[in-house]
Amino acid sequence: MQQSVSAHVSDHDHGHVDQDSLKILGFWIFLVTDCLLFGTLFATYAVLHTHTNGGFTGKEFDIPGFVIETFVLLVSSFTSGLAVLEMHKGNKKGLISWLIITLLLGATFVGLEIHEFVSMAAEGATISTSAFLTSFFTLVGTHGAHVTFGIFWMIGLIVQLAKKGITSDTKRKISIISLYWHFLDAVWIFIFTVVYLMGVM
Amino acid sequence: MNTSGFFVTGDPMIYGADVSIVLVSVAIIFYLTYFKKWGWLWREWITTVDHKRIGIMYLIASLLMLFRGGVDAILMRLQLAIPNAHFLESEHYNEIFTTHGTIMILFMAMPFMFALFNMVVPLQIGARDVAYPALNAISFWLFFLGAMLFNLSFVIGGSPDAGWLSYPPLSENQFSPGPGQNFWIWGVQISGIGSLATGINFVVTILKMRAPGMRLRDMPLFTWSVMASSIAILGVFPILTVSLIMLTIDRLFGGHFFTMTAGGNPMMWVNLIWMWGHPEVYIVVLPAFGVFSEVVATFAKKRIFGYGSMVFSMIAISVVSYYTWVHHFFTMGAGADVNIVFAICTMIIAIPTGVKVFNWLFTLYRGRITVTQPLLWFYAMIPCFLVGGSTGVMLAAAPADYQYHNSYFLIAHFHQVLIGGVVFGYLAGMYYWWPKVFGFKLNDKLGKWAFWLWQIGFYVCFMPQYALGFMGMTRRIYTYNQTMGWDMGWAPLNFISTIGAFLMGAGFVFQAWQIIYSIKHGERDVTGDAWNGRTLEWSIPSPPPAYNFAILPTIKGRDSWWYQKQEMQNGTYKQEPVKYEPIHMPKNTGVPFIMSCFFFVAGFGFTFEWFWMGIIGLIGVAITLFVRSFQYDTDYYITVEEIERTEKALRNNASVQRTAN
Repeated sequence: MQQSVSAHVSDHDHGHVDQDSLKILGFWIFLVTDCLLFGTLFATYAVLHTHTNGGFTGKEFDIPGFVIETFVLLVSSFTSGLAVLEMHKGNKKGLISWLIITLLLGATFVGLEIHEFVSMAAEGATISTSAFLTSFFTLVGTHGAHVTFGIFWMIGLIVQLAKKGITSDTKRKISIISLYWHFLDAVWIFIFTVVYLMGVM
Repeated sequence: MNTSGFFVTGDPMIYGADVSIVLVSVAIIFYLTYFKKWGWLWREWITTVDHKRIGIMYLIASLLMLFRGGVDAILMRLQLAIPNAHFLESEHYNEIFTTHGTIMILFMAMPFMFALFNMVVPLQIGARDVAYPALNAISFWLFFLGAMLFNLSFVIGGSPDAGWLSYPPLSENQFSPGPGQNFWIWGVQISGIGSLATGINFVVTILKMRAPGMRLRDMPLFTWSVMASSIAILGVFPILTVSLIMLTIDRLFGGHFFTMTAGGNPMMWVNLIWMWGHPEVYIVVLPAFGVFSEVVATFAKKRIFGYGSMVFSMIAISVVSYYTWVHHFFTMGAGADVNIVFAICTMIIAIPTGVKVFNWLFTLYRGRITVTQPLLWFYAMIPCFLVGGSTGVMLAAAPADYQYHNSYFLIAHFHQVLIGGVVFGYLAGMYYWWPKVFGFKLNDKLGKWAFWLWQIGFYVCFMPQYALGFMGMTRRIYTYNQTMGWDMGWAPLNFISTIGAFLMGAGFVFQAWQIIYSIKHGERDVTGDAWNGRTLEWSIPSPPPAYNFAILPTIKGRDSWWYQKQEMQNGTYKQEPVKYEPIHMPKNTGVPFIMSCFFFVAGFGFTFEWFWMGIIGLIGVAITLFVRSFQYDTDYYITVEEIERTEKALRNNASVQRTAN
């Protein structure tokens, strides 16, 4: 036992915990809670998706619309991955360029989603039409709000990168936002499947 | 913007409250200005990120909320004391039971729990702060301003009156129009976000910040209980957040999640809110179990009996607690098969809980027991929690529950576990760690008065309610007629119950007196080890310096401080040469407070459906997040000279005391 204790001691840098790994772990745990948040919304959607109140049903989703949205978001996840690769190479310019492309794609996604919502509302399919639509707009809208938040966050980080360059702090921040971005992508895969594909099927 | 009915009018008690709020605010502002304390308040408290100070603020806030919730309780008991009373009208009564429940669970128990988390956990694991000190401050201020938003409702806009869990369709616009219900939503939402952040913070703190050498199985049981409780927080608070968002969408944007029309399903709310609500009661009781484990081991001067089974029980409780929620509405009609699963899970929880009780008793067995105030509260818990737990198993039997459901039997049951388990536990914790945090003990004599008033008051108040439940009295009725009162025998029992409530109120007054008295006259603790403790927090001075540990201790096993003290007595302890190093500490920041103020503005705006104000608040929150992200200069080093100076001063104090002894 004594031995294992001393081995453990040497791991510590004089009791100063590694702040970067601490913050990344915390963010992973936050993502778990965010996952549960979406899980609750999915469960609600599952319960209410047949409660269409005689109005708009899942069959009427705009297929080309949600396919393009999915494509745009998946590509943005790929480009955010490229950004992180550039960061590990130490290429600040490449990193910032890929981040800008990522956030432009993100903004396109949000724009497409707003367009989808607005045209649905124009057809009379609003949040107060039926329980199905309430849960639809809430689930998909919560995801969209997350992406929107991520866009502003990313803008903030690009400014910091431009000012400070790639340091251990900005590296950590970029790693965290890329986790966040991939997470939103994963959530979207479920929305794509559970809401849209199973809706039009 | 419609401001008619902004202020609550028409009730003399509310006018009285208005006057006293204005007077107290003026007095506070006058005091702070006259003694030039604004700067002190800002620098030392509002912007602090020190876990010990945040803990103290949580404690003060929770005691204030205990007072408010207690006043609510006494008003209800006065109304019910005699048949046909007109002390409170029905709507006012509804408001009071709603605020009583919400405040006691969310704004009293939760902050009291977080007070103990903050005051104790970093000290017990040999850390200098929590993992994210600024986030910790955000959690506190979100809780505090959420609680203040909620409390504002009784003088501005009107209180919520749909029950502490606000079941739809009653809580929907159709039946509860106006800001009252929105106050409930936003007060709970804002403080709930803070609680979730605290959960993340303490899980990471416990996993990553333990002193060198401390393995998970060397951790004190209180720290383990915080871990179990925090994991449960992570699992269920997101559900609360989502449920509240859904109710908001229904009320503010015409959604149909829980409405009776357009396909909404009110029972879905009841499921969702209890998926959070039931684990929530285990969230608050687990740290109380942790407190008892520390108290019993310390005052029996023994290692805790069955450490491994204690840990296993706590984790089992926090996991199984996710699968019990339906027992709150067996009468929903989900069918026998569903009810059976939840009934069995509920009963299963009694097993690990029973294990814990036996372990405490076995720890006391053949211990060298010193009866102190913390131990008294433990003694009080055993019978109280035992009976409360047993009636819980009675309620868990689904078929029988059809008989007890929503009767006073239930009311008596959950007060018995929540007061007997949670409140007694937290009070034990408060008495136990008080000298650590404040440097003096709370007066024994006044404490015993408070203790006995609480005990006698508790049984006088709640035992009659079991009988009332069997006699058919249902919860939430605001009055009963002469026939029920005298012929069916409700009145005498209700009257007795009211006497008990007053006795508990007197107990609380004694505690307030005890605290005020002890600030001046309490026994000073200059050794840092007020109770001859076993765990690390007792190895440092009371109150601890800002950095807690000048040198991080190296841990060789469980109860490491106890064994170190034994080695020191035997003379086998080898003091390592003291070599201080600069200590890395977080800087104070005003961002958490300002951000939470914006949350308050947003919550207030949405409560009154003034969307412009709500949006301004949210934009403010976003801006403060941005500002924080752009701050790089967030920490500093305490120099070796300063540590030497502080330690020398603290040690001189202690050695003076030792020679005096």
